[in-house]
Amino acid sequence: MSLTSVIQLYVFVLAGFVGFQVISRVPPLLHTPLMSAANALTGISLVGSLVAAGSNRGTASSVLGFIAVVCATVNVVGGFLITDRMLKMFKRDRKKTP
Amino acid sequence: MSEHLALREMAIQAIYLASAVFFILGLRGLSGPEKARSGMAQAAFGMLLAIIGTLLHAEIVRFDWILGGLLIGSFIGVVIGRPLFISVPMTAMPQWVALSHAAGAVAATLVGVNEYMLLGASAPAGTMAALGFEVVLGALTVTGSVMAFGKLQEILPGRPVTWPFQNTINFALLVSAVALLVIAAIHPGLSWAFWTMTAIAAALGILMVLPIGGADMPVVISLLNAYAGLSASAMGFALDNNLLIIAGALDGASGLLLSILMCKAMNRSFANVLFGAFGAAEQSSGQVIAGQEMHAVTPEDAAMRLAYARSVIVIPGYGLAVAQAQHALRELTDLLEKRGVEVKYAIHPVAGRMPGHMNVLLAEASVPYDRLYDMEEINAEFDRTDVALVIGANDVVNPAARTDAGSPIYGMPILNVDHARSAIILKRGKGAGFSGIENQLFFHPKTSMLFGDAKASLSRLVTEVKAL
Repeated sequence: MSLTSVIQLYVFVLAGFVGFQVISRVPPLLHTPLMSAANALTGISLVGSLVAAGSNRGTASSVLGFIAVVCATVNVVGGFLITDRMLKMFKRDRKKTP
Repeated sequence: MSEHLALREMAIQAIYLASAVFFILGLRGLSGPEKARSGMAQAAFGMLLAIIGTLLHAEIVRFDWILGGLLIGSFIGVVIGRPLFISVPMTAMPQWVALSHAAGAVAATLVGVNEYMLLGASAPAGTMAALGFEVVLGALTVTGSVMAFGKLQEILPGRPVTWPFQNTINFALLVSAVALLVIAAIHPGLSWAFWTMTAIAAALGILMVLPIGGADMPVVISLLNAYAGLSASAMGFALDNNLLIIAGALDGASGLLLSILMCKAMNRSFANVLFGAFGAAEQSSGQVIAGQEMHAVTPEDAAMRLAYARSVIVIPGYGLAVAQAQHALRELTDLLEKRGVEVKYAIHPVAGRMPGHMNVLLAEASVPYDRLYDMEEINAEFDRTDVALVIGANDVVNPAARTDAGSPIYGMPILNVDHARSAIILKRGKGAGFSGIENQLFFHPKTSMLFGDAKASLSRLVTEVKAL
């Protein structure tokens, strides 16, 4: 196991820990937006897809990368739009009942 | 040249670091509804940074495919994404989230497959292992999400589909996928191992979701989220990309935490949800005592009781979502509040088909979120409540969870509707609910049943209350 992969493992474990801490503070009220936000974040696979599509390592690779970019972008754009639409609906009661 | 490259690499890493920070800030914003939207804007900005940082990569030499992909993807994302949430109701949210998972997982899988095709036999074992995980989790998420979509959209039967030796077969497949992963990591040249592994993972996604009933979908969707995240993390290990690792880990944590919370709310173990085929026909406990009957109530009487109550707690369930009755419900509660009735909403953590489903549904009907109460907050209040109005909820108010050790839902925390002075239950028909478990609450003397479609019933109640 190389030093790089050890460091990567550190990053993975610590990021997961931070994730647990941050997300355990999300109230049940916002669990659906949380899920949809996490869904938008899965679109991070776009990063790998972009490299695959733009590396010029043969047509097959470009085409696979292209499809991956399309799918990941749908995931990102759709995911963030959905989350925002949802969050927009959450309103506090301004005119408290008399 | 090399110095130039080093500089470029530093810029990329700096951008990635900023991106990761924005992701975490964005998720932190979700700890309250006031800051949630700005938090998501931060997360989206983080994603933009991630894209910019990636485009700086020296490996990327042509932009035609990228630009085309980004444009088409954004187009689909906006065109399908936006009208979807104007025209497609909030009830359909779970299945669209599932479909969106599938899209992200397709990307992760394809990147992994592509990387393997390029590296071939020359791939180092560590990279191969990471690629293997990426592709296995990715493929599993793709097919699993599509299956979840099919079940939720009712293209496929929502009830658990079971067959003999189901778990044994699934377990054997899982073991063989892992074994093939090890083989592929040690001998990257054996391409059959890699492809068979991918195929098995895809099959597993189907076979693992098929036996899970619709009511357990919240857990499945959260879990698929976790898988998709872990797949992205694995991609990060394979491509030496820390941002992928971080974002994937955040996702994995979120998915895992949500599924644990859902399981806790049902008082069931992970294993039970995933392998128990909950709600299957054979589990018909809940013995109905002969001679017991439900007491039907007319809309006039129900409206009268609601209008002259001092306090009402509304308990929404999946039936409300199915009937699209949230707006009618809002109208009714507005009328009641105008008459001075104190109205609160009690939200069970697993009501609906995904975590927090009821909250979004009611928010859509512009019910202020400070009227929505979690189970722990409100359970003590039922004793002081005149009328509990249950709409399309069943298992989450079933007292058998407290008393009947033989019931499949025994031990699940429930809303104490039976403690209220009276209960009015809106229900489609007399049959047992989605999970097929009989509910003693419906036969209780202080319970009145209002049969019919939730939306029609609520509209009737609105008319009747107006007429008072």
